[in-house]
Amino acid sequence: MKRFASLFLVLSLLVTVFAASAQDSVELTIATVNNPDMVVMEGFSDVFEEAHPGISLNWVILPENELRATVTTDIATGSSTFDIITIGMFEVPLWAANGWLNSIDALAMEHPDSVQMDYDFDDLLPGVVKGLSYDGELYSLPFYGESSMLMYNTAKFEAAGLEMPEQPTWDEVREFACALHDPDNGNYGIALRGLPGWGEVMAPLTTVVNTYGGDWFNMDWEPQLDSPEWNEAVSFYVNLINDCGQPGATGTGFTEALTLMAQGQAAMWVDATVAAGFLANPAQSQIVDSLGFAPAPVGPVPKGNHWLWAWSLAIPKTTDKAAAALDFITWATSKDYIQLVGETNGWATIPPGTRTSTYENMAYLDAAPFAPVVLGLMQAADPTDAQRDQTPYVGVQFVAIPEFQGIGTDVSQLIAEALAGDISVEEALSQANALTRAAMEEAGYYE
Amino acid sequence: MTQATATRPAADNSDLIYSLRRWLPLPAILFMVAVTQVPLVVTLGFSLERWNLLRPQRRRFQGIDNYPDVLSDPNFFTIILNTLIITLSVVAATLVLGILLALLLNRDFAGKGVVRTMLITPFLIMPTVSAVLWKNVLFNPAFGLLAALAAMLGLQRPDMLQDFPMFSVVIVTVWQWTPFMMLILLAGLQSLDHDQIEAAQIDGGGYLTLFRYIVLPHLRRYIELAILMETLFILSIFGVIFVLTSGGPGTQTTNLSYGIYQEAFQRWDIGEASAMGIFAIILANIVVLLFVRVLRRGQAEEVTA
Repeated sequence: MKRFASLFLVLSLLVTVFAASAQDSVELTIATVNNPDMVVMEGFSDVFEEAHPGISLNWVILPENELRATVTTDIATGSSTFDIITIGMFEVPLWAANGWLNSIDALAMEHPDSVQMDYDFDDLLPGVVKGLSYDGELYSLPFYGESSMLMYNTAKFEAAGLEMPEQPTWDEVREFACALHDPDNGNYGIALRGLPGWGEVMAPLTTVVNTYGGDWFNMDWEPQLDSPEWNEAVSFYVNLINDCGQPGATGTGFTEALTLMAQGQAAMWVDATVAAGFLANPAQSQIVDSLGFAPAPVGPVPKGNHWLWAWSLAIPKTTDKAAAALDFITWATSKDYIQLVGETNGWATIPPGTRTSTYENMAYLDAAPFAPVVLGLMQAADPTDAQRDQTPYVGVQFVAIPEFQGIGTDVSQLIAEALAGDISVEEALSQANALTRAAMEEAGYYE
Repeated sequence: MTQATATRPAADNSDLIYSLRRWLPLPAILFMVAVTQVPLVVTLGFSLERWNLLRPQRRRFQGIDNYPDVLSDPNFFTIILNTLIITLSVVAATLVLGILLALLLNRDFAGKGVVRTMLITPFLIMPTVSAVLWKNVLFNPAFGLLAALAAMLGLQRPDMLQDFPMFSVVIVTVWQWTPFMMLILLAGLQSLDHDQIEAAQIDGGGYLTLFRYIVLPHLRRYIELAILMETLFILSIFGVIFVLTSGGPGTQTTNLSYGIYQEAFQRWDIGEASAMGIFAIILANIVVLLFVRVLRRGQAEEVTA
């Protein structure tokens, strides 16, 4: 009998232990991009788990394209695999409109205890908040943000006796590029993306179109790609690359351009501000000591010349662990997290572009000489007002409508053909305009 | 009587075993049907819907509208043509190279083991990895080996992926798939009876004559098998195109697999992507049927000969 009693005791103890752990422990499944900043975030999992004993983290880390496909199919089919998802500024307003995301404002109201202490929503950069909102409500918290800027090799500029103005124009950039272009010795005047894809060549190209006064759609959603502004902008871009830019234009994406710049083969590069961090890192770059930065060049219209992008953490409607998820995302996007990364890994590696306080931190400003330029760009970029004319859409380097991924991809293929010289710019743009209109018609914009 | 009673249960028993035996494979068959046919049926179902993933509220059944939509897209024929060009040229090139290399490896020479291992290696590297290597280490016009070589010879740096995209895709695929052809044909060569060759040599047959009248007829079955299998694999290659050219410039190197990927994961149009998938299945079946017919005719000829 005694034996049975002790067995019973052990069993009941076990049961209580399991019951307790089942009750208190919540596992959050987080889908994120395999960018360096996110990998760092995964590395700090234990810090979060120590501070929040009831929550454990389960990571699914994928390359950008695969993440998009996985998360989109997961959410659209309602399979609720993820409690937290990493999505870009392009997706947030669309997904919020589909009712796929929890409103951060509403959640924070409902679970005030789950918001990280001292979170300070007003510290988030206003342009970024605008891009992550829908109908005036915030639907996602920015993890890192970026704009685009001009990076140049000061050694090459000095050797040629050239000087970069404070705000360069595209015409000046072309002059510099052609003066420094020496393809026989493997030196190129400028590196620009040409790789097909709405997030590849279309991002910098759309900023050029903006600043030449063009836009994707007019107020009636009629595509404007056959306008003189588009022709001028695309012709300029294509000629600049072909005359004084890197070879292999249609195969050049962010990574390839970064390699050209980091090896000292390209004299200038207009691309994402996060690239500056890589170029300033001696492990990856041979031009650490001759790095110059300027705002993205402007054309005739001083607007929309630099993009705005943020990767952000959102909580899908399908999760039943919204409160715990809020705990995590307000931790990972807080000032404390930035402080933690800066003190542990070095200030140059913090996730930038989300908070005003980051740019007031002397430790960061010392480690990142490009920070003031980036802050200026991040503050000036306005996704709701990036074109000369009034447009019905939001976005600087994209159009925040579901059809844009398909349209942007198709148009980028035609641009690549023009870059390769297989068709003329006029022909590419008139085909692009026709297929854009067909896609918009099928989507029901003219009904 | 006793005999009858003795044999009846035995007969019953064997009947039972017989019928059991007939039903035993059923779970396996059901499993095969589930894993091979259910996705097909689901794809067929999706292809009858108007369904853009990002517009969930507009999802509805619409009948066969997706099929005429796919067929009326001028790009679709470019895509089919690209698929056929890639498949035919890769299969033809690997066949020639595979026979030559198999003949080489069928001889004895110093360092044969090392050579064989190195020749098989391309097939063992993951397709996307070798595509990344080709794209950056060899083809890149700024810092690639080809460019460096051309610069050393005083030639213009070639921009393979931009100027010869289809040729580049074919070259990389041939590089990957030649070992496959080579291995199957080598197995064929090694099963060739040496007495036959010796007899022919005694009769005064030269190398080419031997190859034409003894080796090639012997290899025929192996060649047919290798062509059939490789064709099915190459029809649906994806990784090389994804990495090297993203289907471009324009749609110059977009094949069916890549086209379906773009439709499903860039335009999010599940309906049309599924309809394209059905066309891909039809195309693969046509190819297989053609081959089976050729194979049968070959066998019939052998019998009559």
